Amino acid sequence: MVEGPDKQLGEAVLEARDLTKVYRMGEVDVHALRGVDLTLRAGELMVLLGASGSGKSTLLNILGGLDSPSSGTVAYRGADLTHATGAQLTRYRREHVGFIFQFYNLIPSLTARENVALVTDLVSTPMAPEEALEVVGLGPRMDHFPSQLSGGEQQRVAIARAIAKRPDVMLCDEPTGALDYRTGVLVLDVLARINQDLGTTTAIITHNAPVGAMAERVVTLADGAIAETHENEAPVEASSLRW
Amino acid sequence: MKALDQKLARDLRTLGGQILTIALVVASGVASFTTVRGAYGSLARARADFYSAQRFPDVFARCERAPRSVLERLEQVPGVAVIEGRVTEQASLPLPWMTEPASAHVVGLPPGGPRLSSLHLRSGRPPRPNDDDEVLLSDAFADEHDLAPGSTVPAILGGVFRELRVVGVALSPEHVLVVAAGDIAVDNRRRGIVFMNEDAVAAATGREGAFDDVVAQLSAGASEEAVLAAFDRILEPYGGYGAHGRDRQLSNFILSGELAQLENMATQIPPLFLLVAAFLLHVVLTRLVQLQRSQVAALKALGYDDLSIGLHYLKLASVIVALGAALGLALGQWFGGGLIDLYRDYFRFPTLEARVDVATAVAAVAVSAIAATVGTFTSVRSILRLAPAEAMRPPAPARYRRGLTDLPGVRRFVPPALQMTLREVQRRPVRLLLSSLGIAASLALLVLGQFFGDAMAWLTDTYMERQQRWDVQVTLREPRDVGGLATFRQLPGVTRAEGMRQVPARVRVGPREREVALQAMVPDRGAEGLQRVVDSEGNVVEPPVDGLLMTSKLAEILGAQPGDGITVEVLEGSRETLTLPLTATVEEPFGLQVYMRSGALHAALRQEPMVTSVLLQVDGLAASSDAEAARDLDQRLARMRDVLGFVHRARMIQEFRAQSAKNIGVFSLVLTLFAATIAIGVVDNNARVSLSMRRRDLASLRVLGFSRAEISEILLSEIALQVLLALPLGLVFGNAMVTSMAAGVADPEVYRLPVIVTAQSYAFAAGVALAAAAFSALLVRRKLDRLDLIAVLKTRE
Repeated sequence: MVEGPDKQLGEAVLEARDLTKVYRMGEVDVHALRGVDLTLRAGELMVLLGASGSGKSTLLNILGGLDSPSSGTVAYRGADLTHATGAQLTRYRREHVGFIFQFYNLIPSLTARENVALVTDLVSTPMAPEEALEVVGLGPRMDHFPSQLSGGEQQRVAIARAIAKRPDVMLCDEPTGALDYRTGVLVLDVLARINQDLGTTTAIITHNAPVGAMAERVVTLADGAIAETHENEAPVEASSLRW
Repeated sequence: MKALDQKLARDLRTLGGQILTIALVVASGVASFTTVRGAYGSLARARADFYSAQRFPDVFARCERAPRSVLERLEQVPGVAVIEGRVTEQASLPLPWMTEPASAHVVGLPPGGPRLSSLHLRSGRPPRPNDDDEVLLSDAFADEHDLAPGSTVPAILGGVFRELRVVGVALSPEHVLVVAAGDIAVDNRRRGIVFMNEDAVAAATGREGAFDDVVAQLSAGASEEAVLAAFDRILEPYGGYGAHGRDRQLSNFILSGELAQLENMATQIPPLFLLVAAFLLHVVLTRLVQLQRSQVAALKALGYDDLSIGLHYLKLASVIVALGAALGLALGQWFGGGLIDLYRDYFRFPTLEARVDVATAVAAVAVSAIAATVGTFTSVRSILRLAPAEAMRPPAPARYRRGLTDLPGVRRFVPPALQMTLREVQRRPVRLLLSSLGIAASLALLVLGQFFGDAMAWLTDTYMERQQRWDVQVTLREPRDVGGLATFRQLPGVTRAEGMRQVPARVRVGPREREVALQAMVPDRGAEGLQRVVDSEGNVVEPPVDGLLMTSKLAEILGAQPGDGITVEVLEGSRETLTLPLTATVEEPFGLQVYMRSGALHAALRQEPMVTSVLLQVDGLAASSDAEAARDLDQRLARMRDVLGFVHRARMIQEFRAQSAKNIGVFSLVLTLFAATIAIGVVDNNARVSLSMRRRDLASLRVLGFSRAEISEILLSEIALQVLLALPLGLVFGNAMVTSMAAGVADPEVYRLPVIVTAQSYAFAAGVALAAAAFSALLVRRKLDRLDLIAVLKTRE
């Protein structure tokens, strides 16, 4: 069930223990994850840094219930996701997780408002689509189709779509990957604001190290394992990021 | 180029299922084309071979009785090459295992064997000279009754009962199909041909030194018309019934009708299939290539020229066509063989082999190949216009516009998922229309497949039910006066007995003529009678008080209008030539008839009212449950001296149904199978294409938390929309096809098919389309269940 924003840091929302993931690519086994332990705490803004192929997307997909680990466990608020059925994972995604992707994944045949409504129709106590679009600053453009919106605007629609159901966790996979610097900063600012104002636990994947400065915690992955964890005493505002 | 071929091989593997369904559509087109044309070719060839091997005559004539010396005069008619006089007779065969007697046409075999219409011996040997009781039987009749050399058959010949010994079973080119005069269907159980020594037939009928039947072969270049006129002139004094050519020879007439019907079907239906298959091939290939849009752009960016890319996709299409053609030819061969096996039972030819018509096969494959080529090139061309850079950019969202569903007041009732489908439709209405047209075409073919059965059912159930209100029809040996009807009224269970007078006649207007029977009901009860004239709409029509009421097709053949005078040459008795006015015409589905009032007919003949057959209404028989009563009636009728034969209406209709079920039924089944395959092919391909195009959207929705059932609904609503639109379209197309087919397929002189599409047939067609849709839906559902969310989201498109 959707729970109210919990601004009290410390309670574990997602807990991954000793995760491994092995893909078979033709003749070779690819070890995408080699024993990752990670806890995502309520209300925190975490950045997962890593080069391409470091396993960060795999980790995010497993945390979001899109993929399952080869071994290890993932628990959402104490409930085991590792052995959940397809239907249970669908429910988990529907009720608790908001996803944001590099390529937005909007439905081209639906307007911004309708793309958000697509999600608000699914849950019991959502925001109004209009409200979610106001939050990302797209109130005036809510009746535009994706083809009528810029890349940054499309990504903000995707964010509105993710937050509209008041998720516990937002998982963002390279949300600025397809955007220029200016637009990218705008999008990150929206994500930070939502984390602040709504208390949504947020994990942002990026290969762009400077983005880490806005997070409370920066976890760096390398070769499928956690190479470094760094706590930020004073996260900076997104607008002051430079790359 | 090698890498491209590798891509081709991989594409073929990935597209496996889709390629198979398209190939099946092509196969259906090719198979139906080759099956029907092959069956027609085989039959036409078998007939030509049989006729030439057994020396089928060119001219046929019958008379009452003429001395053999007349044959010499006939032989001297210019153009006559070979002549043969024969003695024939009608006999009844009271087979102990049948309640109604079978009837037989008895043909005398000249000493030394026939010079024309020689017999093809299936088993046994010809009768020994001077043996009066040895006979050959026509093979269909022998098969039907399990008679073989060694069997004996009871017969009443010339009024005398005798036991005939079967010494052989034979086929005659004059009796490929055996139909008793006045019957509507081939009936090998109740009608057979008996061949015996000419002297024996002559002795039994008192025709020693005479003949009553003559056939002739003409020399090359002879004028058939002149010979027929000469024969008529020479035979007139001997009670000639009129000479005719092959075209009016009964077996050949019906055979030609059936062949013409098959030829019409073979010319009209298969191209329709092929056309539909070609259309679908085009549509499907266009989409297939469009799906590979970004790949085409990438290939161009890499430096491939347009021609190589075009050829690459052409190869893909060729593989599909080759696969479909091979499958279609094999299927066509198989179905053709099956069809021929069935025909072998019906058409009695010594050899009837399934043939593959090479030209047909080549044509079928060529049409498919052309459709594929055109489809490929038109679709590739539009894609080749793309800038290569397009492949390098992230995909721009497709453009959509607001439409009808965005009108204020409408929008809030349309949930986003449905909105997706509706906008897709509004964005690409042509695509939806093409898909629906494809499904509608297969629906139309399904409707057409049902039509022949429907038309036959209408003829037997609706039309004949209204026309014939009798249970038993009795044919008399000789015309009798009306007083004779009283005898029949006294038979057990008989509630009504009415007579019918039939007079053989030739009707003529200028040079146009036809041999028909003038028909009148005696006594004349009009619309209350046991046999009524009923038009194609089912209305009862009463013959006018004066003049003739004629089947409108016959009036058309004669070029006569109501009010015109018709020359009527009576072909029996005093053989008068009358001129009677055509008073009215009636649209009828069967045959060519001329009706008169009994009073008018007998006044014209200057005779007291006579009857040639008797119609009986029998209590309890209609339900055909009272087998005991029926047997009792049969036995009494069989014992009556005046009775030549009789038929139960229920049995006659049953036979007719069984026969049309066999011939038309099988044909319809083949049509239905192919049409269903096409329906499945179209729906399935549409579903697959939609799935590939929407894969990314649907995966996004899954990630957002939509369940499998929910995303399936979105995709399936698209399929449902296509099918829903196709249902009424299919009805319209089906009706159009049926209309054109009804006119083209029936032999207008034998029967004219009513344009009928029953609700059941349409429901059946719709059911098949819906089942096809459900089947594809299942396939799609399975694919959706295996949708790889991560892979779809990671790739661009």
